[in-house]
Amino acid sequence: MAPLIEVRDLKTYFYTDDGVVRAVDGVDFTIEPEKTLGVVGESGCGKSVTALSIMGLVQMPPGKIEAGEILYHRNGNVTELTNLNPKGKEYRSIRGNEIAMIFQEPMTSLNPVYTIGNQIMEAIILHQKVGKKEARERAVTMLEAVGIPLPRQRIDEYPHQLSGGMRQRAMIAMALSCNPSLLIADEPTTALDVTIEAQVLKLMHDLRGEFKTAMMLITHDLGVIASMADDVVVMYLGKIVEGSTVGNVFHNTKHPYTQGLMNSIPSLATKRDRLVPIEGVVPDPFEIPAGCGFEPRCPQSMGICKRETPPLKEVVPGHRAACWLYE
Amino acid sequence: MSSDNVLLEVKNLKKYFPVRKGILKRVVAQVKAVDDVDLYIKERETFGLVGESGCGKTTIGRTILRLIEPTAGKVLFRSKRLAGSSEQYREVDVVVASPKVMKALRRDMQIVFQDPYSSLNPRMTVGSIVGEPLLVHGVARGSEREDRVRQLLGAVGLKPDHTKRYPHEFSGGQRQRIGIARALALEPQLIVADEPISALDVSIQAQVLNLLEDLQDEFGLTYLFIAHNLSVVKHISDRVAVMYLGRIVELARTEELFDNPKHPYTEALMSAVPVPDPDYSAERIILEGDVPSPVNPPSGCYFHPRCRYAREVCKTETPVYRHLGGEHFVTCHLADSLNLRPVRKG
Repeated sequence: MAPLIEVRDLKTYFYTDDGVVRAVDGVDFTIEPEKTLGVVGESGCGKSVTALSIMGLVQMPPGKIEAGEILYHRNGNVTELTNLNPKGKEYRSIRGNEIAMIFQEPMTSLNPVYTIGNQIMEAIILHQKVGKKEARERAVTMLEAVGIPLPRQRIDEYPHQLSGGMRQRAMIAMALSCNPSLLIADEPTTALDVTIEAQVLKLMHDLRGEFKTAMMLITHDLGVIASMADDVVVMYLGKIVEGSTVGNVFHNTKHPYTQGLMNSIPSLATKRDRLVPIEGVVPDPFEIPAGCGFEPRCPQSMGICKRETPPLKEVVPGHRAACWLYE
Repeated sequence: MSSDNVLLEVKNLKKYFPVRKGILKRVVAQVKAVDDVDLYIKERETFGLVGESGCGKTTIGRTILRLIEPTAGKVLFRSKRLAGSSEQYREVDVVVASPKVMKALRRDMQIVFQDPYSSLNPRMTVGSIVGEPLLVHGVARGSEREDRVRQLLGAVGLKPDHTKRYPHEFSGGQRQRIGIARALALEPQLIVADEPISALDVSIQAQVLNLLEDLQDEFGLTYLFIAHNLSVVKHISDRVAVMYLGRIVELARTEELFDNPKHPYTEALMSAVPVPDPDYSAERIILEGDVPSPVNPPSGCYFHPRCRYAREVCKTETPVYRHLGGEHFVTCHLADSLNLRPVRKG
């Protein structure tokens, strides 16, 4: 089957007064139809900027897509998204319609002065060319699908009248209202309490099957990745350092950074006397080390790591890593 | 309960916040943020307090330090510093302590806040932030104070010559270390750590957790560790209390709580945490609905509308917080008859 999205050597830079931030610096991955790609990384690793680049939502200036391609496959055709005008007609017909996004904090991504019904209907009317009445019916159906009780009543409520979990459900309803082929979820449960997180994750899991939507799930939480993703890429300083199936990434971890992440988190299921942290801090974006970006923090650093950037390549079939250990 | 090594005892602690409405600002309701909480913390232990947002865990921490005045109850603290020459410690009720006693107690009880960005004054240098407690309490001045600050910065893993820098020059993890150094300055017995790592990046969290453990060994500290992350609480705590809507629903030694939970909320909370292992396929217990509003809590057991084991009695009668034996306490009518699922080992 053809992939849904192919990102090739994507570079998104930001030109600030203090210098150039290479937020995304040569990223390659594919998203298969109906599959979930998990993107893991810490703040500043470029995972959100990658998502915004696909959505055509990178603010330009200061941002700029320097190089690379984002190939979007639909109905046998291929569209190169970086060639489209982000404000043009074609991108607008894709954004929110075929590729939709949900954000971390549902309170700031919903408009407080419109009812949730209005906001869901806006997307439906814009993209599906239907009348108000039908849009409202569809909005009710969507609210029901995401498990909001009394949808006919709730549709006329404002975001502040809903709890955090309900708001995130409303966001999901909005994102799925046009039946997108790709849903990008950027830290969708980070702001939620753990019992509510479990509800929303289960909902996303079920809806993914029901709507046959591919998902790009961005999170720093390895637990969320393990329970949701089919494939995983791990990002560090704007680059992918490791990528494979979720089983491979967790059980045959290749990159020292991924190994470091796994060792540094306490788990409910296992007993650890002492955590093994990753030493040091993520480098300043203006002072990215020459060679491998992880080298200053890497316990297995070698001479070559300081000088040359390791390429991302297959170290075993179906498992990519960017590390000189595997040369 | 062995009373010889207890450092802090909380008895029937209540904190109600009034809800006012109308132009006369009449009190129309009470938010029972902390509703009749009993607990004790032993010397040199880490006591974990876990629960979802709004359950009252932060309010408990702040009421213990009397940063918030409690509505009722006692907070008995055994201070070594205030002890007379013939006694090992003096037991003081923090709630009714005079301003003078309170100031002395502040040296014994310190706090580390969640957000290292808003809890450090951006206009003060690190040296003056960490040194301020020494000045306020007249512990050290001049070059002696500077030496002490350098020593503290070294203890938390910062460079001693960082004293002239400002908070914005540091990363989140380093700022949290500054906050910890400030809390340590007066050599306290108890540190309330309120979500000390939840604002930090994953790779930094472990550094700060390890630091807290090391400092505990080095200085003989006692921690009240408040967090929403169950995995972190399990890792660091000797005993854990689980809170729901202002009440402790279960309290036990960490191993006991996770291997033998007695409250359905504890069971659900443990099962809801996403485990970082793709092969871990235990069926999740998904709680229905949201945490109810503390202004208008449900009748009977506050948890009954979301509890899958709830019976008639749970709707009408409020369960009491009771001792199950050992160091295990629970607030549930059915605790003796339920066979709850422990945390599954990976």
